[in-house]
Amino acid sequence: MKNDFRARSHPAYWAFIVHRMSGLLLALFLPLHFWALGQALHGAAQLDGFLRWTEHPLVKFAETGLVLLLAAHMTGGLRLLALEFLEWHEWQKTLLAAAAGVALVAGLAFLLNLV
Amino acid sequence: MNRRSEVLLWGAQRASAALLALCVVVHLVTMIYAVRSGLSAAEILGRTQGNIGWLIFYAVFVAAVAVHAPIGLRTILAETFNWRSRGLDVFAGAAALTLLMWGMRAVIAVFGGGAA
Repeated sequence: MKNDFRARSHPAYWAFIVHRMSGLLLALFLPLHFWALGQALHGAAQLDGFLRWTEHPLVKFAETGLVLLLAAHMTGGLRLLALEFLEWHEWQKTLLAAAAGVALVAGLAFLLNLV
Repeated sequence: MNRRSEVLLWGAQRASAALLALCVVVHLVTMIYAVRSGLSAAEILGRTQGNIGWLIFYAVFVAAVAVHAPIGLRTILAETFNWRSRGLDVFAGAAALTLLMWGMRAVIAVFGGGAA
């Protein structure tokens, strides 16, 4: 039990949770994303009709969350690829913080441009 | 699923991840730039309609996603619910085909749609 608790309080465990949850949520979002873009098949007006809905503040908030999830999944995935395929170096310990930082920057840049 | 197939899936997951990392960087930069003056059909279609470069990019993006996401979902389902039967592989295969078809439909829509 003690080992379990210690493992789960480690930042790498939270990186695992973030990677897994972001991947799951992005996979669930993809069909909606593809459906929305598919509206263009019925004309620009149809796509615009959908895009007007995205002007709602709550939708903008959700969009920012999705961008953050996408960025976090990408940077977390790059960290995993570096851990799995590169020879071990001390700097790899800092990848977790770098992954979180880059993801936050992407999310904030999107939010600042969106509002 | 036999061990060789599991290794193949592991490799496909990593190879698609490497490709997706590039695609996602381009996608993030494009999105951050595109939302500056609000999203509209004119903005999206003006960039993608008839543009072979974007068509190839998004087709590769969708193909890589259709490989990557179902393998990830399969792993989550196997580890969370201890679901390791043939049904899980069928589910993952169906998810891959669905994402590929819906994704390609979206790619075709933004490449050639919007005329109506």
